[in-house]
Amino acid sequence: MSKTILTIDDSRTMRDMLMLALSNAGYRVVQAVDGVHGLEVLGAAAPDVIITDINMPRMDGFGVIESVRKDDRHRATPILVLTTESDAAKKERARAAGATGWIVKPFNPEKLVSAIRRVAA
Amino acid sequence: MDPLASIKITFFQECEEQLAELETGLLTMKDGETDPETVNAVFRAVHSIKGGAGAFSLTELVRFAHVFETVLDEMRAGRLAPDGRILDVMLRAADVLADLVRAARDGGTVDEDRCQALIAELGALTGVQEAAVDDGFLDLDFAPITVSVDVGEEPEPAAAAGLEMAEGAPAAEKLVVAFRPRAALYAKANEPAVLLRELASLGRAEITLDASSLPQLDELEPEAAYLHWVATVETDDEAAIREVFDFVEGDCELSIARVPDDCEPVAARQPPVDEAETAGELDIKALIARATGGATQTAAAAQAAPAAQVISLRDHPARAPDMSARKEDGHAVAAASPTIRVDLERVDRLIDLVGELVINQAMLAQRVLESGLARSSGIAVGLDDLELLTREIQDSVMAIRAQPVKSVFQRMPRLVREVAHATGKQVRLVVEGEGTEVDKTVIERLTDPITHMIRNAIDHGLEPPERRIEVGKPAEGVVRLSALHRSGRIVIEVADDGGGINRTRVRQIAVDKGLISPDANLSDEETDNLIFMPGFSTAETISDISGRGVGMDVVRRSIQALGGRISIASRPGQGSTFTLSLPLTLAVLDGMVVSVGGQTFVLPITTVMETLQPKPTEVRRLEGSVPLLLVRDRYVPILDVGHRLGYRAGPIEPTEGVVLLVEGEDGRSAALLVESILGQRQVVIKSLEANYQRVPGIAAATILGDGRVALILDVDAVISGPTSEPALAETRLLAAG
Repeated sequence: MSKTILTIDDSRTMRDMLMLALSNAGYRVVQAVDGVHGLEVLGAAAPDVIITDINMPRMDGFGVIESVRKDDRHRATPILVLTTESDAAKKERARAAGATGWIVKPFNPEKLVSAIRRVAA
Repeated sequence: MDPLASIKITFFQECEEQLAELETGLLTMKDGETDPETVNAVFRAVHSIKGGAGAFSLTELVRFAHVFETVLDEMRAGRLAPDGRILDVMLRAADVLADLVRAARDGGTVDEDRCQALIAELGALTGVQEAAVDDGFLDLDFAPITVSVDVGEEPEPAAAAGLEMAEGAPAAEKLVVAFRPRAALYAKANEPAVLLRELASLGRAEITLDASSLPQLDELEPEAAYLHWVATVETDDEAAIREVFDFVEGDCELSIARVPDDCEPVAARQPPVDEAETAGELDIKALIARATGGATQTAAAAQAAPAAQVISLRDHPARAPDMSARKEDGHAVAAASPTIRVDLERVDRLIDLVGELVINQAMLAQRVLESGLARSSGIAVGLDDLELLTREIQDSVMAIRAQPVKSVFQRMPRLVREVAHATGKQVRLVVEGEGTEVDKTVIERLTDPITHMIRNAIDHGLEPPERRIEVGKPAEGVVRLSALHRSGRIVIEVADDGGGINRTRVRQIAVDKGLISPDANLSDEETDNLIFMPGFSTAETISDISGRGVGMDVVRRSIQALGGRISIASRPGQGSTFTLSLPLTLAVLDGMVVSVGGQTFVLPITTVMETLQPKPTEVRRLEGSVPLLLVRDRYVPILDVGHRLGYRAGPIEPTEGVVLLVEGEDGRSAALLVESILGQRQVVIKSLEANYQRVPGIAAATILGDGRVALILDVDAVISGPTSEPALAETRLLAAG
C-alpha cells in the first residue's frame, strides 16, 4: 500500500526533485506550490506525510505547521520541513512550531526516505 | 531524457525567473518601497537559487548565494537598513549571481576577482567573515552527492530489510534503549511504533512495553503520555540509534546504555512481548493498539490508493479551475490565468495555416465578386461573415505569439548600471509599459537596438554629474524607456534628460566626414537626423560603451528591417527622445497594392507618406539626373520603379503615372513612380528567400486574392540604389517566370 506524500515548495526545481525521489521510492506524491495551496489540497490529498519548505510566498512553512496542527482531521499527520541549514536554531524553531522532523537540503533519496520512515507507519 | 537532467533545465529556467524577481525587488526597494513582502521575495529568490544549486553541487553558486542570502537575512530581520549604498552593492551582487548561474548553465567561468570582491563587500555589510562562512557552510551541507534513485526494490518503505540483515549477523554488542515519550512527542505527530520499528531495523531487538503508568480509564487523559519502552538492540552503533530518535530528542526521555554480550536484558515488569524474529511492525502495531492510552492516531488509515502511482492534483478535473488560478512559478497571483507551454513550431505552423486561410478567403471573395452576385445575396453575406471570422482568427493566432516586452526591458537595468559605472555618470532608469505585447520575432530583434539606444543615451545624452549641477539639474540623470500600443503598432521610446543633440557639433562632424556639403541648408530636424547616417559617429574617441564603429545608422537599419521607423526629437538642454515604431507582427503587413510594368507589387503602407498625381509644372528635369518633383517647396527625386527593376527599358513620363512619396533609410525622401494604385489590403508575408532566393529590391512575396503572387518591394533598396541605372534586372526574370 503506497503512502501519499504532500510536498509544499514554491520552487519548481525542488518540487521536481522531491517528486523524482519519492515516486522512485514508491510513494504517491501530491504537490502544492505554497502554504495556502498546500492547505487547500490537504483535505483531498489526505497525505500520510507532509513535506514543506519554510520560505514561501503567501504562507510560509511555519504557517503550514501551525494550521495543520490546529486542524482536528490532520493534526496527527507528520510534517517534515525542508531546511537548507543544519543549524540548531532553525530546527528548534521548526520543532517549536510543531514539526515532526526535518530534512536538510540538499537531500539524497536515502536521507529523504529514511526521514519519512521515521515518521510514517 | 534523464530525469535529473530535465530537472536541471527546470532549475535554470527557474533561476532566470528568480533573478528577474530579485532585480525587480531590489529596484523597488531602491525606490524606497521596503515593505516586508518585497524583502521576503528578494530573500526567497536568492534562497531558492542556493537550494537548487546545492542539489546540483554547483559549489561556486552556492557559496556566493549563501553570502548574499546572509546579508538579505539580516535585512529581513531588520538588522540592516536597506539604504542606497547597500542596495547598490546588492544589485551588483545580483549581477554576479546572474553571471554565476549562466556560467553554471552554459559552461565558462566568472571573473573570480569580481566575485571575491563582492563576497568581501557583502561580508563587510554584515561583519561576517567570508572565509568562515563559506568553508563552514560547505563542509556542513554541500559535499557533492551522488543522486542515485534506485530505491525501487523497496516499494514499501518498511523495516523488513533491516531485520533480515540482523538475523544473519553474528551476535553483536547489545545496547539497551529506554524510551519514554512525553505528550509533546505525540502532539508533533511522532509515533513511537514507527520509531521502535526503525530501531528494530538496526539489529535483532527485544522490545518491552512498560504500561505501568497507565491509569484507569476514567482517569485517562486522552492526550497525555503514559507508555514507555525498553529495547535491547544487537548493535554497537549508538549514533544510528540517536539518529532514529533525532526528531524526538527533547520530547522524550532517552537513555542508551551498553550491556555485556551474554547478559540478560534489563529486567522488565512484563515478559518480552516479541522475539526479534517476529518483531515486525505488525506486532508492534498490535501492541500499540492494545495499549489504547496513546493519543496517537496515524493518518495512515486512508491508504486505500492503488499501487505506486504519482499523481498531481492538477489532473483532478474537479479541482482544475481553482488550481489553475495559480501561477506555476509560485508568484501566486490570484488574477493570473493558466498557461501552457507549446512548441513554437506548432504555433508557427498554425500561423502559416491561418495565412493560407486568409488568402483562400480573399480568393473566394474575389471569385464571388467576379461572378456578379448581388451584395445582398446569401453567399455574399456569408462571405462577409467569413471575412470577419478569418480576421478574428488571425488576430487570435497572432496573439499567441505576442509576448510582453518585459523580457527585453528587464535586461536594461543591468546595462544601465554597467554603463553608468563605466562612464562615471549617475543614472536612474525609469521603465514604463513593460507589459506591452508584441510578436516574439519582433521582441527577439529589439534587444540590440534598444541596448544601443540606451548606451547612447547615457554615453552621449546625459551630461557628467558636475556639468548637470552647473546647469541646475539633479546630478542623477534619468533615462526613460517606455512602450505602448498606438494604432496597430508598438511604439518604444528611449528618452534622456541630458543636454540634447549638439547640432553645431553634429553638423560640423557631418561636414568633416563629407556626409553633407558645408553650405547645406538643414532644418534642426534634418540636422538631428544626420546621426542616423552611415559612417556618422559623434564619439570623439571610440569608446567601449557605444560600440566600435557601430552607429545609430545600424540601429536605424535593423529597425527598418523589422518594418519599423525610428525618429528623434531633441531639445537643447532638455534632452533627446528616440522613438521606435514597429509593426506588432512580421507575419502580416498592411500593404498598398500597385501596378508596375504589368506586374502587381505591394509596398508596406508604413513607408508611404503620401500619394499624388504629378502635374507637369511640378516636375523639373536636370541634366544627367532623374527628374525631380516639387512637393511643398522641396524637391524629391522621382524614381520609376518599373524602370529601376528592369521591366522597362526607359522611364515613363511622371505625369502618366502615380507617385508614392516614401521615406527611406537616412530620412531621405523619394517619389516612387508607378503606373497605378490598385488598392490597399492586408497581406500575408511569404519569405522569398526560403522559397526561392534573395532578390535585390524585393523584401518578400505574398499571394493575392486572385491567387497570383505579388512581390513586396524593399523600399529602402529601391531608393538607395544608384540614381541613374536600372541595376536590379534580375527581378524581371523572376516575375516573368
